[in-house]
Amino acid sequence: MNPPITRRQLLGGLGGMCGWLMAQPVAQAAKQVVQKVLVSTLAPKGYDPFRHKWLMCFDIDRCIGCGLCVDACKTENHVPEATTYFRNWIERYIIRKPKAGSGEARGEVLVDSPNGGRDGFPPSLVPREEILKSFFVPKLCNLCEHSPCVQVCPVGATFDAPDGAVLVDPNYCIGCGFCIQACPYGCRFLSPETKVAEKCTLCYHRITRGLQPACVEVCPTQARIFGDLQNPIENDPIQEFFRKNKVNVLKPDLGTGPRVSYANMDKEVR
Amino acid sequence: MNLLLATAQAHTVMPIDGYVYPNEQNFLWSVLIVVYPYVTGLVAGAFIMASLVRVFKVKALEPAYRLALLTALAFLICAPLPLLLHLGHPERCLEVMMTPHFTSPMAMFGFVYAWYIMAVLLLELWFDYRRDLVMWSQQVKGPRGLLYGLMTVGVDDLSPRALRLDEKMCDAITIIGVPSAFLLHGYVGFIFGSVKANPWWGNVLMPVIFIFSAIVSGMALCVALYYFINWVRRQAVNDECVDEMGMFLFYALLVDASVEGLDWLHRLYSAEESIYILKQLAAGKLFYSLLIGQVLLGTLLPLLMLGSTQLFRRQIPMWIRRRFYLVSSLLIVCGVLAMRWNVVIGGQLFSKSLRGFTTYKMELHGQEGWPIAAALMILPFIILYVLMKLFLRPDQPTHEQVHGHQAAPAAGG
Repeated sequence: MNPPITRRQLLGGLGGMCGWLMAQPVAQAAKQVVQKVLVSTLAPKGYDPFRHKWLMCFDIDRCIGCGLCVDACKTENHVPEATTYFRNWIERYIIRKPKAGSGEARGEVLVDSPNGGRDGFPPSLVPREEILKSFFVPKLCNLCEHSPCVQVCPVGATFDAPDGAVLVDPNYCIGCGFCIQACPYGCRFLSPETKVAEKCTLCYHRITRGLQPACVEVCPTQARIFGDLQNPIENDPIQEFFRKNKVNVLKPDLGTGPRVSYANMDKEVR
Repeated sequence: MNLLLATAQAHTVMPIDGYVYPNEQNFLWSVLIVVYPYVTGLVAGAFIMASLVRVFKVKALEPAYRLALLTALAFLICAPLPLLLHLGHPERCLEVMMTPHFTSPMAMFGFVYAWYIMAVLLLELWFDYRRDLVMWSQQVKGPRGLLYGLMTVGVDDLSPRALRLDEKMCDAITIIGVPSAFLLHGYVGFIFGSVKANPWWGNVLMPVIFIFSAIVSGMALCVALYYFINWVRRQAVNDECVDEMGMFLFYALLVDASVEGLDWLHRLYSAEESIYILKQLAAGKLFYSLLIGQVLLGTLLPLLMLGSTQLFRRQIPMWIRRRFYLVSSLLIVCGVLAMRWNVVIGGQLFSKSLRGFTTYKMELHGQEGWPIAAALMILPFIILYVLMKLFLRPDQPTHEQVHGHQAAPAAGG
């Protein structure tokens, strides 16, 4: 026969349980602080991520598909050289004219991105007279408000920085690939060298030092508009972009809340 | 180093049909991730089979009760291995347990797994085997006897009261175990079902489909193993037992097929943007594994065979029924493997841009090669063999066989 549980033991046990439950939110908050502030982000000392809100937007009509942005990104961020790893890339859309009598408003849609558009684009195989229209679309991390990649990471290695960047802590990522599967935009890859998930960081090491991301720096047509929503400058390019254009985002139906916006985007772009 | 990388890429970068996002050309979740839900499903199914005896008091299945439990254990031990081997940094795997991210379905696996193996399966096995362990530890000499003695953890009380408590504990654990088995595999389904970026996976029915396909596959495996073990031991199969197993297998398969059919019906009727590429996927890249392997051979044919044994039991002689059960169970086991393949590999064969397909070719070498996957499929059977050598020996009578029913029954062997 086991000795009966005394009132003191019972109260002690209940008190311990309550204490444990109450400590949980504190532990969670502490963990968030650690993840958001103290993890390795390549930011310089003194940079306060709570005082910035970075954003990138695109004017599709300005992009000429030169590929300088892709090349700059690869070089700046040591992205693996192979043709299947990109933090940012360019897609070319070619929409054919509809066949006569088809009753369609537009014909077949052809999309390509040879080497991510890094070397520019070869001439289209579709004869010029058969093309209804053609345009280029730069792609990178959509900086989602409700990032599915962050949601599914089993260890919290990928996180929403307070300044709007979505980052990966390479020293913490276990390389499971769940975030890559969860990203609807195909913006992530598992690095063959480090075996961890990689993605666009908006060139975090640059923007936290007052510079622009490499892709923005080299874009010859200013198709990429980058700025800090918390610290707008005079004639702020981001404010101007939203004032002058009707904008859209990629796959809005998924509820990921992409912050990266596109001006003059065709419905065929996914 | 560069040469090595280039070689690795040559294996993973596959021909493209249409347009896929550049990063999607690297095929991410390989055959190892096919093995993972398959093995986990077999665990859940085998446990449900055992619970039919415990919770639902299906006496005819008693001869397969312990076999089902040991099968569940053997497969459960191997369940996390494919995930572990797949990780880019396996040495960091404990971070999932130490600093879990609670919004991630994958983070919960460690906890669900630990709960299932520690609080359900091992406990149930211990309470079920305790009286036998006590008896064998006294009868068997040498290291095996020592092992039995150690496994009793010193609890050698065989009084009727203690035996009754064992039975009660077993029943209680099984009752907790059934929802736990659902949780274990429903959760695996949720890993895929929660990926809204992928229309092939992101589906509210996915956990349900995974649960029922798991039950079906685990039951079918138990049936096949039951036949195999009796064949090896030159014993006759218990006809009543196989008839009963066949019946449960039929109804489980019927529900499974209905749920999967409902999924397709819903997809076709609602005809969302992705339906065009999914139809192309099913009729093209997955034609053999989905329509032939999973639907025709893995579902319809077994349904026909098992259904006929239910509808025309009196007209079909026992020797034909036995063969029907065996062939159906083997077909189902392969069909569910095909289903896992179709989910995991199929979901990565098309681009999230919905504009093209890539190709997957199993590797031979490396961490994710097919020999590793095959080894992970064989390993549970080796573990099961060892477990059976220890706990399911035909030359080693159980406590119940020696002393008869002293407490509640349900301890066949």
